[in-house]
Amino acid sequence: MTTPAPQTRIDLVRVAEMVEPGSRVLDVGCGDGALLRLLAERRGVDGRGIELSQQGVNDCVANGLSVVQGDADKDLADYPDDAFDYVILSQTLQATRQPRVVLEHMLRIGRRAIVSFPNFGHWRIRAQLAFKGRMPVTENLSHAWYDTPNIHFCTIRDFVLLTREVQAQIETSAALDNLGRPLQVNLPWWTQNLIGEQAVFLLRRSR
Amino acid sequence: MGGPRPNLVGSTLEADTPNSLVVRFGADRPLTMEAGVNLAPLTIAYQTYGALNAAKSNAFLICHALTGDQHAANVNPVTGKGGWWETMVGRGKPIDTDRFFVICANVVGGCMGTTGPASINPATGRPYGLDLPVVTIADMVRAQAMLIDHLGIDSLFCVAGGSMGGMQVLQWAASYPERVFSALPIAAAAKHSAQNIAFHEVGRQAIMADPDWRGGRYLSEGVSPGKGLAVARMAAHITYLSESALQRRFGRKLQNRAERTFSFDADFQIESYLRHQGSIFVERFDPNSYLFMTRAMDYFDLAADYGGALAGAFKGAKTRFCVVSFTSDWLFPTSDSRAIVHALNAGGASVSFVEIETDKGHDAFLLEEPDLFATTRGFIDAAARARGLPTAARSGR
Repeated sequence: MTTPAPQTRIDLVRVAEMVEPGSRVLDVGCGDGALLRLLAERRGVDGRGIELSQQGVNDCVANGLSVVQGDADKDLADYPDDAFDYVILSQTLQATRQPRVVLEHMLRIGRRAIVSFPNFGHWRIRAQLAFKGRMPVTENLSHAWYDTPNIHFCTIRDFVLLTREVQAQIETSAALDNLGRPLQVNLPWWTQNLIGEQAVFLLRRSR
Repeated sequence: MGGPRPNLVGSTLEADTPNSLVVRFGADRPLTMEAGVNLAPLTIAYQTYGALNAAKSNAFLICHALTGDQHAANVNPVTGKGGWWETMVGRGKPIDTDRFFVICANVVGGCMGTTGPASINPATGRPYGLDLPVVTIADMVRAQAMLIDHLGIDSLFCVAGGSMGGMQVLQWAASYPERVFSALPIAAAAKHSAQNIAFHEVGRQAIMADPDWRGGRYLSEGVSPGKGLAVARMAAHITYLSESALQRRFGRKLQNRAERTFSFDADFQIESYLRHQGSIFVERFDPNSYLFMTRAMDYFDLAADYGGALAGAFKGAKTRFCVVSFTSDWLFPTSDSRAIVHALNAGGASVSFVEIETDKGHDAFLLEEPDLFATTRGFIDAAARARGLPTAARSGR
């Protein structure tokens, strides 16, 4: 399910820093369990994972992590309300069939949701489409249009609008460079949307 | 197959004088059965491996499958072969007898020393036969709880088992959530499917159609429905394997002959193999016990006891679960395990779920499956850390 970018590790550190120590976390699309391990080691969390690839699941369980094979689009509906303090979707939103439904489930299941995703509004991507007239292929998003698992790309601006649609409040957000380092804070949205390679949002229900 | 009656010797001897540890509960401590009757006296035959620690926190209960027994990790007194789960249980193995106090008991209705249809009914002085009340998975688990009480253990570190053993694991977690720290149901289901009930019914009819079954009184009458039991085992054995494994191993190969014989001999290797499986089974298993075991599985429907919603069985469970299925298991397919996982998630339980790629079918849980060992070892060790038990000192087997 995940399409891990090369800079995943630094990206994961950013995500982990948003999580209160000792909380209960569900990592949706947990891959080989790198974030869950990081959260357990650094934040002492009680972590669970969902992962689409069976090999990823087996590796996680063999490493002592609580992970089930499952699909964000199908299986989040099974989880009860408020089951977790945080539900995390790391670099996976763009690969879901119904990003909005997935986000709504995350906000229902967790008191907070953390979403990280590649920003399709980055200037390099805009430039490829504008000047080459081709679907963008970058170092971080290296799939050709016909074999990409990423079927629902969005820009940072798009995502902010989606958070309003699902009545989520943005607690914090950060646009990151291609190494996962945060850009200078307090940049206006349009700037972040132009120069952020990826973004991380900490959300909570506003109702 | 199933000669006159020498086959009875092994199983009937074990039924009343087992080569096992034994605990007997008298009329003051009857087993309350789902059928609405109390069973007393009750004998439970069991084996243990490893040592119980001072805090009594390292007890690991293994639940056996349909035709299994308490001899999980020692030489079987009837067959003379190794224990049925020596792949998983032993020093340095995933269920590590250096660290855990492993208990395995013959289930109620079995034929290896725990009270079953081949046991002597003290009221008549003759084997129970069909006078034994129909046994359910919940009855088996309640009896195991009596054994655990007898051993002075409050809470089990883990309950594990495959197939019917996995059903018992689920029942344990539902009936005694506070007594089960972790649970490992393998190749199991929360209810028996119509197809599985159908196969069991074929087996039972084969036994009951054998003229030597005698309405279940064959032991008293000195005969044995060995032919019927062998046919039951042959039919069931097919369901434990996968089509692709059968094809790979046997294909259309002929048995010790170059040509078809134009007879009803066992021309094909698969026929010869099944006949062999049937005949060795008859030497170790009581036909009535086979009726009771299959019935217990058929009756199992955990959700039915919780208003039809399986999640209700695990609501608020603190138990850590690891559910395991095998890709080529068509008897307890992955969809059955997935239903358990959905219910556990809905109940907010801690759950891992692995589906292991193999062509060995349902029987994979008894076989050499490195992925099974790696994932269960990971789960058990993580649970041991959470319980404050020592983790593996060595990783080799």
